[in-house]
Amino acid sequence: MDLAIVGISVLWLFLFGYIIIASIDFGAGFFSAYSELANTKHILHHIIQRYLSPVWEVTNVFLVFFFVGMVGFFPSAAFYYGTILLVPVSISNVLLAIRGSYYAFQTYGVKDSKIYTFLYGVAGLLIPASLSIVLTISEGGFVEMVDGNPVLLYEKLFFSPLTWSIVILSVVSVLYISATFLTAYADIAKDFDARRLLRKYALAWSGPTILSATLIIWQLRQHNFSHFEKIMDIWWIFALSGVFFVITVALLWMKKYYSLAFWSLIIQFSLAFFGYGISHYPYLLYPYLTIYDGFTNDAMATALIIAFIAGFALLIPSIWLLARLFLFNKSYVRGEKGKGGY
Amino acid sequence: MWEYDPVMFSRTLTGLTLAFHIIYATIGVGIPLMIAIAQWIGIKKNDEHYILLARRWTRGFVITVAVGVVTGTAIGLQLSLLWPNFMELAGHVISLPLFMETFAFFFEAIFLGIYLYTWDRFENQKKHMLLLIPVAIGASFSAFFITMVNAFMNTPEGFDIVNGALVNVDPIAAMFNPATPTKVAHVLTTAYMTSAFVLGSIAAFHLFRGRNHVYHKKSLYLMMKVGLIFSIATVIVGDFSGKFLAEYQPEKLAAAEWHFETEEKAPLMMFGWIDDNGEVQGAIEIPYALSILAHSDPTAEVTGLNEFPEDERPPLIVHYFFDLMVSIGIFLTLISLFYWFGIGRGWKIVEKKFFNFLLVLSGPLAIVAIEMGWFYAEFGRQPWILRGFMKTPEGATSAAYVDTMLFLFVGLYAVLGTASAIVLTKMFKNNPVEKELEEHALERGDR
Repeated sequence: MDLAIVGISVLWLFLFGYIIIASIDFGAGFFSAYSELANTKHILHHIIQRYLSPVWEVTNVFLVFFFVGMVGFFPSAAFYYGTILLVPVSISNVLLAIRGSYYAFQTYGVKDSKIYTFLYGVAGLLIPASLSIVLTISEGGFVEMVDGNPVLLYEKLFFSPLTWSIVILSVVSVLYISATFLTAYADIAKDFDARRLLRKYALAWSGPTILSATLIIWQLRQHNFSHFEKIMDIWWIFALSGVFFVITVALLWMKKYYSLAFWSLIIQFSLAFFGYGISHYPYLLYPYLTIYDGFTNDAMATALIIAFIAGFALLIPSIWLLARLFLFNKSYVRGEKGKGGY
Repeated sequence: MWEYDPVMFSRTLTGLTLAFHIIYATIGVGIPLMIAIAQWIGIKKNDEHYILLARRWTRGFVITVAVGVVTGTAIGLQLSLLWPNFMELAGHVISLPLFMETFAFFFEAIFLGIYLYTWDRFENQKKHMLLLIPVAIGASFSAFFITMVNAFMNTPEGFDIVNGALVNVDPIAAMFNPATPTKVAHVLTTAYMTSAFVLGSIAAFHLFRGRNHVYHKKSLYLMMKVGLIFSIATVIVGDFSGKFLAEYQPEKLAAAEWHFETEEKAPLMMFGWIDDNGEVQGAIEIPYALSILAHSDPTAEVTGLNEFPEDERPPLIVHYFFDLMVSIGIFLTLISLFYWFGIGRGWKIVEKKFFNFLLVLSGPLAIVAIEMGWFYAEFGRQPWILRGFMKTPEGATSAAYVDTMLFLFVGLYAVLGTASAIVLTKMFKNNPVEKELEEHALERGDR
């Protein structure tokens, strides 16, 4: 296997990690804001706060990993995407900054305010929407080369149905992933009121998720036929993903094995996400940039992979510790230990 | 008419982000060490005041870390968004430390999260303190790796350019380029120094306002002592930096010193201005000092700015950045030394209000010195973004709307700066030390 494939696989894995944990985070923020409006705050507030508090910083790092790694493995991607994405990513950046810092401000500093909770919830949906634009652009057709520099065609991007389908998918899947996770989390915490409500949310957002995903594949047929064909070549991966979607929904429906339902959701999304990635190969940006013409030198690639392995050897035990102390520590989740310890 | 110049806007926006980020980043690197010191002393002396210091600093620290994280993400993204051409070139050679910095930060973030939520979970305080070690290591290593990238921009090494293509890339040589040792040492010592003075000046402020609790006195004394140690370290590292510059980046040193003609027995010029004839006026001249700074020899020859082609000279304004940074550094060293001596000898003067006021200023001044240092580092490298290989305008983006993004981020930093200041003030005002000490005393009484 060549280094370029190793590189992109590692980065894709990080992006997947980001998408899952950020979705849980963004969705939780939204549900927390919504519960304020729907007067169900007393049901959800506790469970969401307990989950979010110790992990908020960790989420952001996955994203930083992805883009720093991208520059490292594929410096040309920095040139193409850096130039094109100035406006969309700056907007995401500002939203991320406001949301991230305000979370800390309110949790550790001042008391809740309704306006803030509302903004926090809405920002959580705008961020995935604005970041998803990157995937749309990567499909090609929205970039023109002028004097050797890539230029983004804003108008075309804005009026493309593909753009909006991907935006919709990003938002509904955030809500679906988050609701399913929090249902399982509430189950571990034996918080049955929260579990009942969150299960309803999870089921409600499952349909829109699968519908918008199918819609995108159909639209790619018009927009980027060669990509569509490659998706069809590995149709079985997407079909398998669909099977796991059915399993998740069925488990939620039967009110059983909530944790298993969440793991099945992870498998569903990872199959779809890696299926999409594989079908996108070898392009980073249709039709200008492939992973091969954008790849760094072998010395740097080797160094990055070694650093990655060493770093991971350090991080896995740390993440395990974090998870053991907070996420999967039953007495912490139930709120018996470490209350407001800071 | 106003002409759209993406280079100018890119420079302004990058400068703005860095100037804002560096405040939070610097204290983010230094404060974990201060927390560790306080908690350690608290455990050793079995003194709850120091434990409480550690606890309260941690709470404030979380807020500054949050802003540091989000602005750090901003500068990370802006490197590619505003300087895509530079990153395409540099990415081939220097992305390794950038990548490792993420790991270092990740490590820090995880353990900070754990540390924060486990104050009361351990029977043994020492075990809890152990969690701080990875936090402090992670923070310092972040600075270590990122500073390497900046060092690389000043003295790029670890690659060859043959017919316009990069060959023989050696990521390790690029990381440990000639600028790395002095730059990393300078960044770390000044970060610890600044953090100590910032925390010290908070204590000084309380004393200045007449809150004479011994808690504040302990805090002030500890931080001034730590500040003094790292000030002295900074002076030593600063001297090495001068020698490094004289050898590897003589134009940067010459511009900072307004040293135009190459000469022996070069004097050091502080402040002053340049008249219409290009002569330095009104400067404080310290004979031989520049030769000593550059080569440890009062008679040594120091290269002047005129040796360099006109379009490769840094702007002369860096002289003021440099002088201000150095003056503040010396002032802080002297004042903390005086305070430390004064306390030891029982001098009345160090308890006086006006002296207290000087100590209140130490924190803000240290931050100003950090800003000046980075302004000097960045302006002093101009016109290069990668010295000798790529000039700044060649590295910038060609995209439209950089100006709009500039305004967007001005707004963002205004909001973040104000909000973090308000939150920090409220947080400590609503929960004063005296109240918290009382609560802890009650808790113990209950047991």
